[in-house]
Amino acid sequence: MAARTDPGARLMLVLDGVGVRYGGVDALRGVTLTLSPGRVLGLIGPNGAGKTTLVNATTGLAPLASGSIVLDGTRIDGLPPHRIARAGIARTYQNIRLFGALDVRGNLAAGHFARPDRLDATALERLLERAGIAGTPLDVQANSLPYGDQRRLEIGRALAAEPRVLMLDEPAAGLNPAETARLVETIRGIAESGVALLLIEHDMALVRAACDDVVVLNFGEVIARGTPSEVGRDPVVVEAYLGTGAESLA
Amino acid sequence: MFAQQLVNGLFLGAVYALFAIGYTLVFGVLDILNLAHAAIFTAAAFVAFSLAAAGVPLPIAFVAATIVAGILGILLDRVAFAPLRRRNAGTLVPLISSIGVAIIIGAALRGIYGVDERHFTTGGLDTAPAIHAGPVTFTTVELSIFVAAIALMIGLSWVLRSTTLGRRIRAVADDRVAAALLGVNLERTIAATFFIASGLGGAAGVLTALRYNSITIDMGGPIELKGLAIIILGGMGSVTGAVIGAFVIGGVETLATAVGLSEWRDAITFGVMFLILVLRPTGLFGKRALRQA
Amino acid sequence: MSFLAEFYARHSQLIDQIGINAILALSLSVSLQAGQLALAQVAFMGIAAYVSTILAMQYHVPLVLTIVVAVLVASAAGALLAFPVRRLRGVFLAIATIGFGEIVRVLANNLPVTGGAEGITGIPNDATTPVIYASLAIVVAALFFLSRTKFALAVTLVREDEYAARGVGVDVGTVRLLTLALGGAIAGLAGALHAHSANYITPTDFGFATMEQVLVWCVIGGVTSPVGAVLGSTLLSILPEVIRFLADYREITNGIILLLVILFAPGGLSSLWRRGPIRVRA
Repeated sequence: MAARTDPGARLMLVLDGVGVRYGGVDALRGVTLTLSPGRVLGLIGPNGAGKTTLVNATTGLAPLASGSIVLDGTRIDGLPPHRIARAGIARTYQNIRLFGALDVRGNLAAGHFARPDRLDATALERLLERAGIAGTPLDVQANSLPYGDQRRLEIGRALAAEPRVLMLDEPAAGLNPAETARLVETIRGIAESGVALLLIEHDMALVRAACDDVVVLNFGEVIARGTPSEVGRDPVVVEAYLGTGAESLA
Repeated sequence: MFAQQLVNGLFLGAVYALFAIGYTLVFGVLDILNLAHAAIFTAAAFVAFSLAAAGVPLPIAFVAATIVAGILGILLDRVAFAPLRRRNAGTLVPLISSIGVAIIIGAALRGIYGVDERHFTTGGLDTAPAIHAGPVTFTTVELSIFVAAIALMIGLSWVLRSTTLGRRIRAVADDRVAAALLGVNLERTIAATFFIASGLGGAAGVLTALRYNSITIDMGGPIELKGLAIIILGGMGSVTGAVIGAFVIGGVETLATAVGLSEWRDAITFGVMFLILVLRPTGLFGKRALRQA
Repeated sequence: MSFLAEFYARHSQLIDQIGINAILALSLSVSLQAGQLALAQVAFMGIAAYVSTILAMQYHVPLVLTIVVAVLVASAAGALLAFPVRRLRGVFLAIATIGFGEIVRVLANNLPVTGGAEGITGIPNDATTPVIYASLAIVVAALFFLSRTKFALAVTLVREDEYAARGVGVDVGTVRLLTLALGGAIAGLAGALHAHSANYITPTDFGFATMEQVLVWCVIGGVTSPVGAVLGSTLLSILPEVIRFLADYREITNGIILLLVILFAPGGLSSLWRRGPIRVRA
């Protein structure tokens, strides 16, 4: 259960042919992708393409109709959410879900819940630094923080779990351009520490700057994959995005 | 024998239904459990008693007590729920404030009437003629109670389905914010809901008092929790469900009594409720039913 | 010293009652702190009261042992109740647990072993003031110890956001089970003490009215802290004595005070001085 990754391990999290059904509708169909330590995989696609569903399926909140999810050789699909979290998969939420009534320290402690030890002052400071909010007072109530800092604190809470896999669900939503630019550094920094990252994002500039690989979902299916520049040139992807932000892909 | 129990179950169920509709209307519209409902049930019975003692004929006393109960309901909302609504206090806090109002109403009744059992001395309740219809027997009082209860339910159904007020109540139950955006006056609609809900609860109290010709300070105790069982069975927020749930529970209770299990009937009632909650928490009809009623 | 002795002589019953009520309030506060509106305290209390009484009177088991067994049985009842209600939340959980309480009460009302509606009288009066307060001290110490463990953090997280709590690895089902079992144990302790302090028990002792009262104590004191529970139960246990001079208006005053506190301090009395974020150990 080491938080740091074995440098030799190339494969961390493997989704193989994953399908999810919601009330008779296929939300995901045959999705296969791999997250590797130190790399950032961008997950893009129009609204309703199934991006958040994929994170929910991985973290145990949405049951699989088909396929499998394997973390480091162990199947994790079918496990309850808390077991998956303890196995080393942390996430953030599209609409921030901090423990709003708790202070900053409490939220970091919450993230660290499944770890056997407690966070000392140095560890707390280090987490804030990695999340890009170094120096934030620990005793401030989480929901009184500025919006951008709340997004950062949610990343800090996820890092406090010492995850092997981190899934960020639109971390740039609601951030201004300067904050978004700083987010790239934060994401790259986390990847360099050996975490396997999944980044759901609409902003192609951010995807290009932060991601090593990109997977494009449309109507629950993978329609393209490759490096950010390859995907940006793919006519199928441009087609899928037409009218919903094709310009940003160009 | 069986037919007689069926009729008894219908009489009991009709009164249960009036009470339970009040519970479920408030839950449907506000998502809160109103634990002062039984206190208003009792208060209405005492109001009817006082009016009857002052010489008012029983049917008029019944109508007047029902209206008083409705007004008490509006006051209840103003005092216990409206201030909390403004700051989104969740479900627990309003529950407690309704207990507060129940304590106040109970204490006021005790102060005025004492703890002794009271009876209606006018109207000849105890000497009402019996009606023999084939294998079943019942009194004219029982029949009147049943007719009054059914009339109120038909009236409510008409209000909910066919009037502007009914449409507003259903709109608020469905989505409070959307209803407000569409121009529904929330506070007025909620006040009307409380008038109707508490009026029906009060009517149930008067009819219960008339049926047994007995009014006591703690007469609301048993029906308070039975009402919960009924609205769980029917589905929280569903008026149709509450009515059907009431007749089912009324029937089960009379049958249990008939087969000599009267001491166990509450255990059966709450056992059924517990099972429904565990197996099908939305009840037989669920909350959506109110929106479609 | 003689003043104290006189005070005790005059108020010993009230003092005992305050201790038992505090234990009862703490038992509910365990569930409320986890955000679970589980209102079966009276059921656990009743189960333990009857178990302890029957053991003492029919089998002549020593007091402490009857209490221990009663607490274990009540705790097991809490753990068992957790399974059927595992999917229920909010008002639905409240109603299901109230229903459970009613079922237990009807059973007590009808079983020969519990003495039916008349209950059991002549219970040895051996839950003395020291026994009661030693029990309270054990409960407080246990809860204080727990408050320094990760279990307390898990309880807080489940209350604040069950969904996000799962996401950080909290096993919500187990937290709910443990809070019910722990609440059951503590309520059981209160029930056993009540039986051995009141001399007699009847099923109505464990009815919905008692449950409402316990809930009121906790909410008045403040549901997010055990301090609030003790504060609420103590103040409201003393209140009737303090406002004795109001005679006939006592009960109505009680209701009005309850309403005023709820309307002006919806977080309970303990929220009046505890502002700012909720603190947990990192």
